Amino acid sequence: MSAVFEDSGGEGGANGGNHASGASGNGALVGVRDLKVYFPITSGIVFRHQIGAVRAVDGISLDVLRGETLGLVGESGCGKSTTGRAILQLIKPTEGHVLYEGADLARLRGRKLRAQRRSMQMIFQDPYASLNSRMTLADIVGEPLLVHHMQPSRKLRQQRVRELLELVGLNPNTLNRYPHEFSGGQRQRIGIARALAVEPNFIVCDEPISALDVSIRAQIINLLKDLQSKFSLTYLFIAHDLSVVRHISDRVAVMYLGRIVELAANDLLYGEPMHPYTQALLSAVPIPDPEAEEHRRAVVLTGDVPSPADPPKGCHFHTRCPVALEGRCDVDDPALLEVRPGHWAACHLITADGYPHIKAGEDSLVETAAGIKGGDE
Amino acid sequence: MAGADHTLLDVVGLTVDFTTQEGIVHAVQDVSFSVAPGELVGLVGESGCGKSVTASAILGLTRMLSNAAVSGSIVFQGRNLLALPEKEVRPVRGRDIAMIFQDPVTSLNPVLSIERLMTEGLELHLGMSHREAVTRSVELLQLVGIPKAEQRIHDYPHQFSGGMRQRVMIAIALSCDPKLLLADEPTTALDVTIQAQILRLMKRLSEDAGAAIITITHDLGVVAGMCRRILVMYAGRLVEVGPAKPLFAHPHHPYTVGLLRSVPRLDEPRTERLQSIEGLPPDLSHLPPGCAFAPRCWLASEECWAAAPELLATTDGRLSACFHSEALLAEVPA
Repeated sequence: MSAVFEDSGGEGGANGGNHASGASGNGALVGVRDLKVYFPITSGIVFRHQIGAVRAVDGISLDVLRGETLGLVGESGCGKSTTGRAILQLIKPTEGHVLYEGADLARLRGRKLRAQRRSMQMIFQDPYASLNSRMTLADIVGEPLLVHHMQPSRKLRQQRVRELLELVGLNPNTLNRYPHEFSGGQRQRIGIARALAVEPNFIVCDEPISALDVSIRAQIINLLKDLQSKFSLTYLFIAHDLSVVRHISDRVAVMYLGRIVELAANDLLYGEPMHPYTQALLSAVPIPDPEAEEHRRAVVLTGDVPSPADPPKGCHFHTRCPVALEGRCDVDDPALLEVRPGHWAACHLITADGYPHIKAGEDSLVETAAGIKGGDE
Repeated sequence: MAGADHTLLDVVGLTVDFTTQEGIVHAVQDVSFSVAPGELVGLVGESGCGKSVTASAILGLTRMLSNAAVSGSIVFQGRNLLALPEKEVRPVRGRDIAMIFQDPVTSLNPVLSIERLMTEGLELHLGMSHREAVTRSVELLQLVGIPKAEQRIHDYPHQFSGGMRQRVMIAIALSCDPKLLLADEPTTALDVTIQAQILRLMKRLSEDAGAAIITITHDLGVVAGMCRRILVMYAGRLVEVGPAKPLFAHPHHPYTVGLLRSVPRLDEPRTERLQSIEGLPPDLSHLPPGCAFAPRCWLASEECWAAAPELLATTDGRLSACFHSEALLAEVPA
């Protein structure tokens, strides 16, 4: 449980290895340090000028340990996908560092970055939009090999594509077919084969199963798990489905409005969630069992997630938090602290001695929505 | 099942075929069920199983599709909607039967204000004056929990968040006091904390207004907390029907078993592997002659491949379309 983690001072010395020699053994494969991604909001047609910024990711630090699956959960718009993309440098971070085996990716450009990308791949959410419909499977899955000069011979490349297709459970003889001939689940397998083509160590899985049917999801989850143990892959698994994340992850980070509010080992986070948001989130997940549902009282949060273009002051969650303290939570940013060994949380009310328990109650039907967005999303 | 003497909706032998370039797609085949007034029913199935087409047929929307062939009967409050001319269906649609669509972003006309969207039905169906309709609309918006409703009624859909838009849609659906509400994946586009709000709202409103709700979803969790009776569809047919609690506890159809096993649950210990249903759902234009689930079923035997099993009563008021329901029950639930 020695999660290497640097935040807000603390014990920086223990993590020195990150920068110097690169993580070894059980250390961090990927380190994220105070990552910020702001998207500018501009105005004016001729003289464009920036009038604000959407703070999609607002200062995130975390480590992805070698060989683990780190689940990243949160509601839509909380910045989890942007985090995944910024880690792979598909979006340039506004501030902060992304360390891969100790090397800062944000400083790499051009050819060097491309070379580094070989070891980091991505599986996308929408298997309909992420495959070029005019390319055959051989071209789609073989392209990464070509880009990275790994297999110049067309014949050998096709051979490799066959192996990859077989690996993900597709018929290797389909390599001359086009994506439209496959179902959603099969397309997702194609996307996985493409990500695996260059033998990466680290894969960002961005909601890889949300677009799939219920009966197909389990197949893809099992496949991802099998591939992980076969090739000792490290996953950053981004999803909004908390039950799936619990199933697949070793550690879980919960995001809210651009920040991590809680990070802990799976059993800790689901067994003893400390942050009020995590508690509410977990209690809202429907359980497919009427008996269990009857005896469960969900904490129903009122209102919506505030706009990341204008996040609330202090703790981003205070507008919806049932236990927020006036004068404290709406003023000070809570830092993400290691409250117990291996259990980080960002909340003023959490101390080593205890944390708030959010009670579920009968809410009134007319809920006062605290943060309605004025503009579009 | 609903009491025969007291039925709001009675669907008998509903079959919907679509003629396409690839051949005839058998979207819905011989679907029969009934709904009692105020009943909360869940219609569960994966994409392409025919659940949304069933809803469209009940609303009388399939008649607008030139390539759809609809047979069977849909008796609503004693009248067969399929046999009525469009002129007589129109007053029913939107008034007695209302629908909540999946995507609150695309199903509200972006160029109309909430006021226009809300009052249209009230003026058309209930003959209210515009002023009356506006007053009623504000009440409805307050009812579904939209703050500052008097001001927000002048806003346009894009000025609302997803959850708020879904509330507006529910308010529109409820505006004419429907007897039956069809909710097609009402919370799929929403986040879990918002989903909990919306489900609670729908349940509460149904209790207050006495409207029956058919919730159509792929998410077993959504119907578990909401519905009393569950209909499970696969490849255009109903495969299992029954009261929610026993159905979830001891499914009588292997497909239901597979669905329940393949989703990880928060209240159960973690498992190493999920038990997935292998294979893919069948192509609805080339259905196998026997049971459509047979290619993916671990219980499938020769008779399953020969003929499709009928939906028959098993025990405690349940229906299952499987030759092996008894064998399934004998199997210790894993």
